[in-house]
Amino acid sequence: MLDIQDYPGPAPKRFEALSYLPQLSDDEIRKQIAYCAEQGWDCVIEHTEPENANTDYWYMWKLPLFGQRDVDAILAEAELCARQHPEHHVRISANDRYRQVTAFSLVVRRAA
Amino acid sequence: MGTQGHNQPGAYKAGVKEYRETYWEPDYQVKDSDILACFKVVPQPGVPREEAAAAVAAESSTGTWTTVWTDLLTDLEYYKGRAYRIEDVPGDDNAFYAFIAYPIDLFEEGSVVNVITSLAGNVFGFKAVRGLRLEDIRFPLHYVLTCGGPPHGITVERDILNKYGRPLLGCTIKPKLGLSAKNYGRAVYEALRGGLDFTKDDENINSQPFMRWKQRFDFVMEAVQKAEAETGERKGHYLNVTAGTVEEMLKRAEYAKSLGARIIMHDFLTAGFTANTTLANWCRDNGLLLHIHRALHAVLDRNPNHGIHFRVLAKMLRLSGGDHMHSGTVVGKLEGDRAATLGWIDIMRDRYIKEDRSRGIFFDQDFGPMPGLFPVASGGIHVWHMPALVSIFGDDSVLQFGGGTLGHPWGNAAGAHANRVALEACVQARNEGRQREREARDILTRAAKNSPELAVAMETWKEIKFDFDTVDKLDTANA
Repeated sequence: MLDIQDYPGPAPKRFEALSYLPQLSDDEIRKQIAYCAEQGWDCVIEHTEPENANTDYWYMWKLPLFGQRDVDAILAEAELCARQHPEHHVRISANDRYRQVTAFSLVVRRAA
Repeated sequence: MGTQGHNQPGAYKAGVKEYRETYWEPDYQVKDSDILACFKVVPQPGVPREEAAAAVAAESSTGTWTTVWTDLLTDLEYYKGRAYRIEDVPGDDNAFYAFIAYPIDLFEEGSVVNVITSLAGNVFGFKAVRGLRLEDIRFPLHYVLTCGGPPHGITVERDILNKYGRPLLGCTIKPKLGLSAKNYGRAVYEALRGGLDFTKDDENINSQPFMRWKQRFDFVMEAVQKAEAETGERKGHYLNVTAGTVEEMLKRAEYAKSLGARIIMHDFLTAGFTANTTLANWCRDNGLLLHIHRALHAVLDRNPNHGIHFRVLAKMLRLSGGDHMHSGTVVGKLEGDRAATLGWIDIMRDRYIKEDRSRGIFFDQDFGPMPGLFPVASGGIHVWHMPALVSIFGDDSVLQFGGGTLGHPWGNAAGAHANRVALEACVQARNEGRQREREARDILTRAAKNSPELAVAMETWKEIKFDFDTVDKLDTANA
């Protein structure tokens, strides 16, 4: 058994789902978004300043990508958003319109 | 009891008649608005099934042991409960299922108290039966819609807490009793800053001499708010407001609200349905989430031949109101076989649950637009159980690791972190289409490469198993 390790404070800022794993690679992010598309959920891209990360409403990028199941197209929009706002966090959320719920949400790019 | 032929002069005849003359109606056509119940009956030797079933119908509705003249002042044909079907119990020749229909008029609207007082009242001490178990109730949608239900429900809770696409993670603070308020708050703070969404009071923590409720609330809320500021995630601690009186319960709830608590907690069975429904309504009005503990349930639901099945208690809680309730884990230290647990998890969460005897569900149940609540898996679970738990419970659940967080060799924060990493690794693997239960070891081992906290947790609990046989199995499992 390893010696007791300190859990340093302050704990780092987290970003909800999958943020306790190492930063996901592009390929890993792709698989998560592919899962959303397969479920028939509509993705929406949002971005915000880091200091506003814990608010409910981030800036919505264009409109939700209704009916878009092409993962490359979804990721390309997120990339476009991130390039225009390099100082912002960018997340992709997925909406299940039949259950009227946000079914998934992943921060795909953290502010530079 | 008797009502037949009462339109003739001299219709009232004092005396005792057999129940089945009045309360056994195999040709009865069930109405959509009827409340239906299924009882498992073990009759006294020599009592025919129809007579025993009719007796249960009578004693849980309009009947008494002898004919009374006032029976003839009303239309008992309308108001009586009726036994309308009898079925064998698989694997048990002594018992049978009796299906009984009650007209909706017999019950006060919005009062599960009134329903349970009739259906699980005096009839359970009735001499003609040796054992009686209320297996299931079908609440018609007409009745469901008179009840308040969960104060918020799963979807709203996710929005309030900003948690999507994964089960939520919690931990009960231990030891159950004896910590001072300040030390207790320390345990909360460490667990939350390590990555949990919730910590929880134990069910028997109310306001004892070693830790009065007000100091607990003060220290705990400081801990919650500091952990939120640190991690940037929203968190809560289930402040148990269960108290000796309803007035005191509401006083504690008000104070929790004044401190900014997002969620409070109640022991619904020991406190009672009246107190619970009052608190659920208060939570709905005040925007606080409500966690429900089920202490006392095993007294009622564990004996396969007498009592009330947990699926009935779960339905009644959904109607009375709660946003979370303990459901058993399937894999941990507490009772519950997998198929039956899946059955009552559906009862907690789904809009429409179909009859399915393989899950112990005896009736179709329509909850209409009433929100569902989170099942809470708690008790004897640790990181090695995570892949199975994610498969069994899915996203809409709260997984609570008490000893599995606080028992980590490096402390609560590391224990919490280990659980969060394990959970996220399992969610990631599921979304990638991997078989969590078959590839469990590989998924966890890979995640542990980047998390020494998880590696140590896996090492600590690798030998623990809880594989005692289940006492209350589904009847089909006994066949």
